[in-house]
Amino acid sequence: MQYQSQAVAKPYFIAAIGLFVGQILFGLILGLQYVMGDFLFPEIPFNVSRMVHTNLLIVWLLFGFMGATYYLVPEEAERELYSPKLALALFWIFLVAGALTIVGYLAVPYATLAEITGNELLPTMGREFLEQPTITKVGIVVVALGFLFNVGVTVLAGRKTVVNIVLLTGLTGLALLFLFSFYNPANLVLDKMFWWWVVHLWVEGVWELILASILAFVLIKVTGVDREVIEKWLYVIIAMALITGIIGTGHHYYWIGLPEYWQWLGSVFSALEPIPFFMMTVFAFNMINKRRRDHPNKAAVLWAMGTAVMAFLGAGVWGFLHTLSPVNYYTHGSQITAAHGHLAFYGAYVLIVLTMISYAMPHLRFRQPAASARAQLMEMWSFWLMTIAMISITLFLTAAGILQVWMQRMGEEPLPFMVVQEKIALFYWMREVSGLIFFVGLMLYVGSFFVKGEARESVGSAKPATA
Amino acid sequence: MSDSFTKSMARNIYLGGSVFFILLFLVLTFDTVRTLPKRDHRENITPQVALGKKVWEDNNCVGCHTLMGEGAYYAPELANVYDRFGKNKDVIKMFIATRPKEGVPGRRSMPQFNLSEQELDAVAEFLKWTSEIDDANWPPNIQG
Repeated sequence: MQYQSQAVAKPYFIAAIGLFVGQILFGLILGLQYVMGDFLFPEIPFNVSRMVHTNLLIVWLLFGFMGATYYLVPEEAERELYSPKLALALFWIFLVAGALTIVGYLAVPYATLAEITGNELLPTMGREFLEQPTITKVGIVVVALGFLFNVGVTVLAGRKTVVNIVLLTGLTGLALLFLFSFYNPANLVLDKMFWWWVVHLWVEGVWELILASILAFVLIKVTGVDREVIEKWLYVIIAMALITGIIGTGHHYYWIGLPEYWQWLGSVFSALEPIPFFMMTVFAFNMINKRRRDHPNKAAVLWAMGTAVMAFLGAGVWGFLHTLSPVNYYTHGSQITAAHGHLAFYGAYVLIVLTMISYAMPHLRFRQPAASARAQLMEMWSFWLMTIAMISITLFLTAAGILQVWMQRMGEEPLPFMVVQEKIALFYWMREVSGLIFFVGLMLYVGSFFVKGEARESVGSAKPATA
Repeated sequence: MSDSFTKSMARNIYLGGSVFFILLFLVLTFDTVRTLPKRDHRENITPQVALGKKVWEDNNCVGCHTLMGEGAYYAPELANVYDRFGKNKDVIKMFIATRPKEGVPGRRSMPQFNLSEQELDAVAEFLKWTSEIDDANWPPNIQG
C-alpha cells in the first residue's frame, strides 16, 4: 500500500464479503424452496428470498467495485484520495440504506413496503432487480454521485493512466444508466425496453469496462509486464465489449413486443459478445506467461486466471448457447437462462471482486504483498470448491432447462409448467447439494482471513516485487 | 499482439467503435419507439390496465413468475395466462383470490395477497392487455 487513503477500501471489502455470505444463505433457501415448495412459507415466500438473493448480489458487487476503485485509483493517480472522510461517510450511508432495505423486504409484505416508502409518488418498485424502494434508489444515486466526485477529482488531478480512465468511464456509465430505473411508464413494453438499459447495458456494457480495468491493474502488479502492453490489450478488449454489447442489447428485445429486426441485430451482435471475454482469457494467460516476476501472492494470480476463464465460460459460452433468436424462442425464460445467469455473474463479477480483494487485502492488513502460505492455500481451496460447485450448479440447471424446454415447449403434447417442474426435481436437488458445497467453499474463504502465520514479503525469483 | 499495432490505434478503435455503435443504438431506439404503437396497442391502456400494472409491481409478482419470459422461473408464464385460462378474466380473479393463506403442504403455492375486488379486476385487465401485445408469437405454445 503506497498511499494512506487506500485504507478506505478495507471496510468496503469486509462489507462485500459479509453480504456475499448473506446472498449465498438466501440462495440455499431458494434452492430448497424449488424442491420443498412450502419451505418457510408464508413467512418468507420465494419472491422475497429471491429479491434478497439478487439484491444482495448487486449491493455486494457494488461494494466490491467501490472498494477496488478506492484501492487502485490513488496508486494509479499517484496521489492520495481527494477525501477519505467522504468515502467513509458514503460507506456507512450505503451500508445502512442497504441493510434497511433488506430488513424491509423481510419484515413486512412487499405491498406494505411499497406503501410506507411512498411508491405511489414515483412508482419504480416491483421490477426484477430494481425492487428497491424509490427512496433507496435515490440513496444509491446520492452515494454514486459522491463516490464519482471523490474519485473523479482524484483521477483528474493525478497521473492519468488508461486503467484509471477506463475504470472511471465504466463507473460513470454505471451511475448514468441507473437513472433509467426511475423511468417506469404504464406501457409494459416501453418499461421493459428501457429496463434493459439498466440491466443489459450494465452487465454486458459498462461493467465490462470496470472488470477489464481491475483485471488489467492486478495483472500489471502481479506480472510486472510493461504497462504499455497491458493497456493496449485493455483498449482492444473494451472496444470489442462495447462494439458487440451495445447492439447486443437486441437479444433481449426478441419477445417483448419490439420490432422483428431486433432478432437479426441481436443474434448477430450478441453472437460476437464472447469475443471480448475470449480475448480476456488470452490476455490474462499471455501476461502471466510473460511475467517478469513471481509474485508471492499466488492466490491472487489464481483468482485472476479464474476470472479470465470463468467469465468466458459463463458470459461467453453459456450466453452464446441460447442467444440466437431461433434457439432463444424455445429457451427464453427457462432454467437455461438461470444457468447462464449464475455462471456469468460468478465468473465475471464475483471473481473479479474476489481477485481484487485477494490482491489488496494483504497490503491493507499487513502492509505485505501476500498473506501466509497457509492462508493462501486455504484461499486457493476455496477458489476451487466455489468454482467447481458453481460449474455443477450450472450444469444441473442446464440439464433441467433442456428437459423443461423439451417437455413444456417442444413435444407433441406440451405439459403444463408445474407438471414439468416436478419431473425435473431431481436436478434441483443436485443443484442444492452443489450449493451446499459452494457454501463450504465460501466458509473456507472467510476462514482464510483468520489463519495465523507470517505474511510473506520476499519474492522467489529474478526481479523483486515492489507492489 | 504485434508491435506494429500500437496503443493509440487500439484507443482509436475503442473510441470510434463505441461512439459509432452508441449512435447506431440511439437511431434504432428512435425507430423502435416510433413503430411501437402498432405492436403494443397502447390505445387500450385504460386507467384500469395501468392500475393492474401497479398492483402487479406492488406485490412483486415478477419475483416468482415470468411475464413475456422475464422474471423468475418458479411459477408459470403469465403473458399468455389470459389465453390459457380460456380468455376468462373471472378465472384469473378467482385463482388469485382463493390462494390458501398457509400454503399447501410440501408444494409451491402462491401467497394470499388479499387484493380488493377493484385490484383483482385491474390485474386481470392488465394480463388481458399484455396477452394482446404483438410479441413475435412467443411463447411457442399455450403452456408458456
